[in-house]
Formats: sequence, structure tokens, C-alpha cells
Amino acid sequence: MRVQIFKHGNYLIAAIPSALSDDDLLELRDDLAKQVGECRASALIVDVTAWDVMDSFAVRIFRNMVQMIRLRGADTIIVGIQPEVAFAMVQLGLTLADVATALDLEEGIEYLERQKENRAFLTR
Amino acid sequence: MAIKEKQTLLQSVPESTVLLRELASHLRDNRIPLREEWTRRIIEVGLLTAMTREEIFAEATTVYDNYVALLETGSVEAIQAYAHDLSERIIQRGVDTQEVLGIVLLLRDVLARALFKKYQPDVVLFNLVLDAFEPAANRIAKTVGVGFVQERERTILQQQKAIRELSTPVLQVRDRMLILPIIGSIDPQRARKVTELLLRGIRAHRAKVVVIDITGVPSVDTAIANHLVQAVDASRLMGAAVIVTGVSPAFAQSLVTIGVDSTKMNTVGDLQGGIEAAEQLLGYKLIKISETTRNNNEK
Repeated sequence: MRVQIFKHGNYLIAAIPSALSDDDLLELRDDLAKQVGECRASALIVDVTAWDVMDSFAVRIFRNMVQMIRLRGADTIIVGIQPEVAFAMVQLGLTLADVATALDLEEGIEYLERQKENRAFLTR
Repeated sequence: MAIKEKQTLLQSVPESTVLLRELASHLRDNRIPLREEWTRRIIEVGLLTAMTREEIFAEATTVYDNYVALLETGSVEAIQAYAHDLSERIIQRGVDTQEVLGIVLLLRDVLARALFKKYQPDVVLFNLVLDAFEPAANRIAKTVGVGFVQERERTILQQQKAIRELSTPVLQVRDRMLILPIIGSIDPQRARKVTELLLRGIRAHRAKVVVIDITGVPSVDTAIANHLVQAVDASRLMGAAVIVTGVSPAFAQSLVTIGVDSTKMNTVGDLQGGIEAAEQLLGYKLIKISETTRNNNEK
């Protein structure tokens, strides 16, 4: 299953359809990590608005992916977690603690812009 | 007494229902002194203190007559109606339901003694009298008691339902800021409903900050603390920061007990402080319009 990946300036945006199998998820992770490198993107936005469930496997893969991409010098942010999914996740104790999250695409981009400014400020 | 004589005596003794009718009639004939006695006992034992002697006597008349009638006929429905009527009459006057059962039992005692006085010389007959009277009187007492317990339970269920339905509004007070004031006790069902409303509110209003105020939550335990932590975590997954206000010392203790990382939960003492902190997070600053500026503008 090929996932649509868009380029938005320095950012990569991946809108993930629902019902990805475990294998699809693994493939997606590797694919995205590769793309970030190839496009020399400074950040990846993963949009899961279409998801109605997020299980512990998906969470683990996402955290993997965030670390991999960070090692390649880019940020990742997960956007679009729906209320029902968020609720189910916290009940299972999956809090995605070390992963940035935002409400939607717009918020995600704004977050990344802020991060860029902060970094620019720190390295002055 | 020879067996044959005993049998003759037994044959000549009326059956239970007929006996009950006779007892009832005796108790009716003597109702004035017996009611007096009952009222005296009620006051002596210290029941119905919310009522005056005259009030007690007035109520006693109807209650007594109905009791005697019930002894005689005694269907369960009739007794339940009696109990219901009793509670309506007396509880209006600020009387406890326990007291109502108390006076019913006292009446039973008074009537039992009256029967003792009348039938005691004839031991066999007296035993038959008791055989008839006791089940009837017990049926009344039991039905009255059970009726009250059921009434109480009904009230409790209604109140629980009302508490559950206490609406928890999710209010937008600034652009991108929501306030969730929680009033009343939280059971798991309500906690779930509130969390759902909150998360949907975050999506609908695109909130970046949520202030959850728990000043109005009376009792705290680790279960409630857990629900709150879940609400905070879920809100964060949706990109909203949460500020919790109105945390009592007891609640703070619960949070520590369940091991909440205090750096992860943002708490502020009161709602005012919480709103100010939220505004700061959103980049707002409140500036008071000075007097001179206002005067200048008005000129």
C-alpha cells in the first residue's frame, strides 16, 4: 500500500489511511525515513486523521520512526489523533510521551515553525 | 385436662380468621383507652418529638383504626397502601421513617397486651389468639419496614441519576482556550462522559489550552485522580495543553500516590491563576486601561 507523501517547503507530509496492516506500518516507517533523507526535509508531519484506532504496535513503530528520523536530523510530529482514538490510547496507557502531537495539519506546521524559530534563537 | 376434653375444647374454639375478626372487634371496642395508651407510650419512649401531643393523638386515631382493619383483612396490597399513607401523613411533619416503624411496633405491643389481658385466663385460647394475631401483626410491621427501605432506595437511585446527569459544560472563554468546570462527585461513567466531551470540544473549538477546574469535586480518591490523568494525557495527544486548577491538598496527595509526574501535570491553585497561565501560554497579556488614558479618550 503506497502512502501519499507531500512536500510542503522543507516539510514532508504523510496522510496515512486507516487500516494499515502491521507489515504496511513497518514498510511505511522505513519508507518515510528514507524519504526524509532524500528530500533533505527538516521535518515530517504524519497525519492520522483517518485512523479510528491506534494500538500498541502502531505506537511502538511510530516512536521508532521518530527516533530514526531524529538521527537523520529532522523532527516529526503526529497530527490528527481523533477524540475516540486518544481516549482509547490513554486507557491502554499509550501516551506517546516523547512524540510531538498537534490537533491538525495547520497546528502541526505552526508547531514546526515555532521549533525552527527556537532553534534559530538558540544557535545565535 | 383429659385428652378428650381438650379436643372438645379445641373443636369449640373458632378458626383463625373468625378469631381475628373477634380480636379486631375487641380492639375496636376498646380503641379509646388503647389509643391513649399507645400515645402515652410513644411520648414516653421519645418518638415523634417533632409533633405535639394533640397532633400525635389526631394522627393516632386514623392510624389505629386502619391498623385494626388490616389485622382483620390484611392483604399485602392493603398493607402497602397503609404504609404509604402512613409515611405521607407523618413524614410531612418532619418525622423520621425510622420513627414510623417504631410507632407501628409500639402499637403492636399495646394491642398484644390488651389481648393478653382479655384472653389470658384461658391458656389454650390465648395461644390460639396469639397464633392468629402474631402473623397478622408481623406482616404489617414487615411490610411497613420493607416499604420504607424500598422508598429510601428509590430516592437514592434518583439522586445518583441526578448527579450523573449534572452537566459538565465545556466552555470557550478565549480563542483557542477552553474551561471545564467540574462540579459534583465523579464516578467512572461520568468521568468517561466528561473526557469524551472535553476531547470533542478540543477538536470542535481547536483549543490549544484547556483549564480543568476541580474545585467543585468534593471527594477525591486515586480512581478519580487516574481519570484526570487520562483526560490530561488524551488532551495532549490532541495537541492541547492542560492546566488543572482547584487541586485540594487531599487531591494532591492522591496524585502523588498514583505516581503522577508533577512535571507532567500543570497545576495552579485557583481558577483565576489557571486562566492567567492559560492566557500567557497563548501569548495574551492583560493590560489595565489607565485612568488618564481613559480620560484623554473621553475628551
